[in-house]
Amino acid sequence: MDLNFTKADQEFRDEVRDFIAENFSPENNTGQNIEKYHEVTSDQMKEGILSWHKKLYKKGWIAPHWPVEYGGVDWSITQRYIWDQECANAGTTPLIPFGLTMLGPVIIAFGNDHQKDWVLKGILSGDDWWCQGYSEPGAGSDLASLRTKAERDGDHYIVNGHKIWTTLAQYANWMFCLVRTSSEGKPQEGISFLLIDMNTPGIEVKPIITVDGGHEVNEVFLEDVRVPVENLVGEENMGWTIAKFLLGNERTGIAGVARSKKAIDKLKEIAKSELNNGEPLINDSSFNKKITELEVDLTALEYTELRTLAKESQGEGPGVESSILKIKGTEIQQKISELTLEAIGNYASPYITPLSVRNFGSNYLEVGPEHTQGVAQNYFGMRKTSIYGGSNEIQRNIIAKMVLGL
Amino acid sequence: MDFSFSEEQTLLRNTIQSFVQDNYDFDRRREIIQSDEGMSKDNWKQLAELGLLGVPFSENDGGLEFGSVETMIVAEEFGKGLVVEPYIQTVVTCGGFLRRASEAQRQEHLPGLISGDEIWAFAYAEPQGRFNLADIKVSAAKNGDEYTLNGDKCVVSAAPWAHKLIVSARTSGDQSDKNGISLFIVDKSSDGISTRDYKTVDGSMASEVSFENVKLNSSSLIGEEGNAYPLIELVADETIAALCAEAIGAMSVLNETTVEYCKTRKQFGQPIGKFQVLQHRMVDMFMQYEQSVSMTYMVNLKLEEEDLERSKAASGAKVQICNAAKFIGQSAVQLHGGMGMTDELNVGHYFKRLSMIETQLGNADHHLKKYSLAS
Amino acid sequence: MDLDFNQEDLDFRNEVKDFIKEFYTQEMKDELARSKNGSASKDLHLKWQKSLYEKGWIAPNWPEEHGGPGFTTTQKYIFETEMAHAGAPRTIPFGLSMVAPVLMEFGTEEQKKKFLPDILSSKVWWCQGYSEPGSGSDLASLQCKAEDKGDHYLVNGTKIWTTLAQHADMIFCLVRTSKTEKPQEGISFLLIDMKSPGIDIRPLITLDQSPAPYQEVNQVFFEDVKVPKENLVGEENKGWTYAKYLLEFERGNSYSPSLYRGIKKLKDIAKDTSIGNDKYLINDIDFVSKLNQCEIEVQALEFVELRIFSALSAGQRVGPESSILKCRGTELQQKIQELSVEAIGYWSSPFVLDTFANINEPSIGPDYAMTITPSYLNGRKTTIYAGSNEIQRNIISKAVLGL
Ligand SMILES: Cc1cc2nc3c(=O)[nH]c(=O)nc-3n(C[C@H](O)[C@H](O)[C@H](O)COP(=O)(O)OP(=O)(O)OC[C@H]3O[C@@H](n4cnc5c(N)ncnc54)[C@H](O)[C@@H]3O)c2cc1C
Ligand SMILES: Cc1cc2nc3c(=O)[nH]c(=O)nc-3n(C[C@H](O)[C@H](O)[C@H](O)COP(=O)(O)OP(=O)(O)OC[C@H]3O[C@@H](n4cnc5c(N)ncnc54)[C@H](O)[C@@H]3O)c2cc1C
Ligand SMILES: Cc1cc2nc3c(=O)[nH]c(=O)nc-3n(C[C@H](O)[C@H](O)[C@H](O)COP(=O)(O)OP(=O)(O)OC[C@H]3O[C@@H](n4cnc5c(N)ncnc54)[C@H](O)[C@@H]3O)c2cc1C
Repeated sequence: MDLNFTKADQEFRDEVRDFIAENFSPENNTGQNIEKYHEVTSDQMKEGILSWHKKLYKKGWIAPHWPVEYGGVDWSITQRYIWDQECANAGTTPLIPFGLTMLGPVIIAFGNDHQKDWVLKGILSGDDWWCQGYSEPGAGSDLASLRTKAERDGDHYIVNGHKIWTTLAQYANWMFCLVRTSSEGKPQEGISFLLIDMNTPGIEVKPIITVDGGHEVNEVFLEDVRVPVENLVGEENMGWTIAKFLLGNERTGIAGVARSKKAIDKLKEIAKSELNNGEPLINDSSFNKKITELEVDLTALEYTELRTLAKESQGEGPGVESSILKIKGTEIQQKISELTLEAIGNYASPYITPLSVRNFGSNYLEVGPEHTQGVAQNYFGMRKTSIYGGSNEIQRNIIAKMVLGL
Repeated sequence: MDFSFSEEQTLLRNTIQSFVQDNYDFDRRREIIQSDEGMSKDNWKQLAELGLLGVPFSENDGGLEFGSVETMIVAEEFGKGLVVEPYIQTVVTCGGFLRRASEAQRQEHLPGLISGDEIWAFAYAEPQGRFNLADIKVSAAKNGDEYTLNGDKCVVSAAPWAHKLIVSARTSGDQSDKNGISLFIVDKSSDGISTRDYKTVDGSMASEVSFENVKLNSSSLIGEEGNAYPLIELVADETIAALCAEAIGAMSVLNETTVEYCKTRKQFGQPIGKFQVLQHRMVDMFMQYEQSVSMTYMVNLKLEEEDLERSKAASGAKVQICNAAKFIGQSAVQLHGGMGMTDELNVGHYFKRLSMIETQLGNADHHLKKYSLAS
Repeated sequence: MDLDFNQEDLDFRNEVKDFIKEFYTQEMKDELARSKNGSASKDLHLKWQKSLYEKGWIAPNWPEEHGGPGFTTTQKYIFETEMAHAGAPRTIPFGLSMVAPVLMEFGTEEQKKKFLPDILSSKVWWCQGYSEPGSGSDLASLQCKAEDKGDHYLVNGTKIWTTLAQHADMIFCLVRTSKTEKPQEGISFLLIDMKSPGIDIRPLITLDQSPAPYQEVNQVFFEDVKVPKENLVGEENKGWTYAKYLLEFERGNSYSPSLYRGIKKLKDIAKDTSIGNDKYLINDIDFVSKLNQCEIEVQALEFVELRIFSALSAGQRVGPESSILKCRGTELQQKIQELSVEAIGYWSSPFVLDTFANINEPSIGPDYAMTITPSYLNGRKTTIYAGSNEIQRNIISKAVLGL
């Protein structure tokens, strides 16, 4: 047992730092950067993400967790830790997970050679933008009850149904989708995993505006959409196995420790500049205590993640322990956003969203100090994290069943 | 970075596990804590024979020259068995001071400690000082080659069994100055020492210790006069690291016991473990435990860091342990229903030990403040 | 809606205060302060209950025809508040507030005549025999059985967690008289003399380790115990209805007055606890903000209580909303106990086995410290008994939220 970085690790850190400094310009960070949130128009956001994606692709670092033969990088857990840390410190644009973290590993595990070729290439290069078509209006936590159905018609499936909460579907040219191919047996046994071209006739994407005023999620309507049979991943009716495999991967990395650290630093900065009875808020013992509690909690999570990664690198997992990372990680992210909102006091209330800026013009932006911008939206927006990716209640059910054997 | 245990460490763990299994079933423990002695001298001898009392000491001093990870393993396994013998007090805390004492002092005192002939206790707390290790009224006045010790120490853990005490005393400065604090090795049988011994809530023992004109030779001073505070902080952090390990041991047993109980206890025609509120409560207990394990590893791996970093690690770990100890202890009792309230079940005993660990060397509020100052 | 007391109420308050001053003696206070679990010697409780009895105040909830004082709702509130404020001994509830209301509602005239006066005068002490080892939250599954033997029942089985059974003369018991498909339908309500042959009481020692005879709970064994038929309350197999009635009647006592007292005591401790540098715990903002948080929650509870009482005095029944009182009341009590342990720091650790025995020895640390940890440990019971807080929440979700 030890926590030391080897000389090689330290050199790696320098290399990463240099690379980020050279290739990432903060102006490009339009994805999640909350102060800039209100200025971002949709296309800028997409461009920002893609520009960083392409630089990483060129460097060969776009998919650190993939096996090397498919374009991954052979990093140790320490190196992965360093990479996350450095990206968070520099505030790099978060990459979109649907291809890289979700679909990629699925195709590697279940795809045929042809799929491995075209799907993985498109993900790595960033030429294809994937979205995830799992949830439906009647099938959320109880995903297996989904009803969008795919009927075989020669060498095509005809897909009819309705997906919801589809993140960034407005930019996607592909969607991986769970569809019902059989209604016999247990609901889990009649599901298949299909890759659908978003430009196929019969697909309609409608925006959903969320509590933070952003356009992140959509409804996707599918009406007689023709999907070639070769776009089936794995076998017909084995979609549930694939979906579960994917959910396991979706949860790792969801802890977001490095980024939460950065967010706490930011919170402290804010608490230094906000005044409370003429004194910086950070000197207020009660507020300070809340931040400290959060820091301790995050440190504990950091080491829990490291322990999980260490196990993983020895060929175990990612096990159900990743549910802990999801629960604690999102609780901490929410708590940070809550304390940040608390810190900015009265300036929590001006409501500035991409839409309001568009409607009322940019003088709307000058309300309150710079650091208060977007804080309230972020707070509202963060509520999603305990709902999606398997809600935190569902995660607790999973631990109760799989770990505690209840 | 590596979180796996070496073969040697696993072997050590197995040794202690079989010691606990052989000597510490619940009834045996009950006999021990209810006896007048309050601990088992036989067990202590056995620990010595297994070499465990020498874990942190150098081979030159007759020890095994192990590091903090090994101490963590010992403490964790003792925590699982609710061992009452004063291992942490003697070996980790007092041993921590003695390891850094002069060659002559080590030669004089360590053989007796490692052989199990002498038990040691650290007398630091005073009624007015709460958790501040620098708030010291006990005075040691220098007179030629001699010091004279006067004052009171409270709730000195393991003191009833101790042959020797290490006492923090003020040789100069004001009541809570960090400068002017010195450490002395004191023979408990010296003239002028009186003690009031008692049992503690968690089945251990402690004393109120008064010093009245106790004469000490200057050879009993550890380190330099007036400069002991940094060493006290260091050893306190090491002790916290061991207490954290003991706590995760106790938590793991409580969690397992509770899950087991909820699988077997039936109400309304089904195991109560089928009720989702109870499931989620047990999941939260499990998460608190895992977070505590992480912090315990973290602090034990950071004990060699420079002062501020080490102290921050220790305070952070203690905060997590305190919160988890409270939540897990209270929940375990609740989920056992009436049975959880009985002295007869081990649940209450683990709950009590965990509750006492919360206060030892400072509670959550104390360490939150320290952590914040170190950030 | 108003919060003011009229002159009559104020006079009444003074009367209560005077009564307490006279009868709650220093000696009693000293003894009660030594209790780990809230109860003291039987003698103390008897003495206290006698003086209340003589004043006519022993049973504030009883109707006047049976000897109740006929308090108004406000008077009841004042009475309880003053009692709690002074930290006066609670009256032992098993006779006065549990079995008595059942007898009044469902007992025969003979039973009323036989039992109620002795309950009122504290001549006969009762205990509650509901729980069994296999039947706690799921009380209706109880197994202790009573067989019809003509003029008497033959009772066999065991009851557990029976509070203060060691002092009791009588026990009211739920027993199984018939095996029915719905377990609730085969239960009867029996009154049993604790001196009957075949009854064996074994003390159960709890976490706080109050030693016998100060133990709080017991297991009671029944082996071929003969119980005269006249001791059946109401009809055979209707016991569950009476038991439920009792539970409902039991509710509606308030927690906030004693919680305020707990907070006051905690503040006194915080004022007395040095944190070095001539500062006291009461100057520690972190501690004080926890204390304040607690006090605010107590106030919220107080107003929930007042709302419920005013609905009561307007003639409405206590509904399942009273489960809120149980949950919040016990949880706040536990929180105050927890903060008290935190407050006394290292003095939480010394253990005293028999806190009454060494009444002349000086305490280790401040004298109030001795019972704080035991009380904290003992206080864990409150979220378990009288319908655990999980069960109370189930009740709220079912009966109030309609889930
Ligand atoms: C911002 C956002 C982005 C999303 N992006 C995508 C996406 O790209 N693709 C996609 O397919 N989906 C996406 N989702 C959908 C997400 O996965 C679902 O919202 C989630 O699965 C919960 O389903 P639901 O919203 O139908 O809630 P429900 O399942 O109706 O749940 C409502 C509440 O009940 C609780 N609950 C349900 N079942 C249980 C149980 N058995 N035990 C205890 N509690 C239970 C839940 O925890 C929740 O609190 C997104 C959601 C959000 C908010
Ligand atoms: C100090 C003390 C004094 C007592 N005095 C008396 C007395 O005088 N007379 C008497 O008859 N009894 C008495 N009791 C018994 C008390 O009422 C029972 O302990 C209580 O009913 C709980 O039953 P149990 O202990 O069997 O726990 P269980 O019913 O086994 O409960 C164990 C755990 O499971 C939970 N649980 C059970 N069912 C559900 C559910 N459906 N949903 C969610 N959670 C659930 C409980 O909340 C608890 O956390 C006393 C108990 C104590 C501790
Ligand atoms: C000494 C003592 C004092 C008590 N005091 C009180 C009191 O003051 N107030 C009070 O309300 N209760 C009290 N109880 C608890 C009481 O025992 C019962 O739990 C309660 O009265 C309801 O019992 P019931 O059998 O009618 O169950 P129900 O009303 O049918 O349900 C009771 C609980 O169990 C759950 N449940 C029932 N059946 C099932 C099932 N098949 N699957 C899953 N969950 C189920 C329900 O959701 C509910 O939470 C006390 C118990 C004892 C022993």
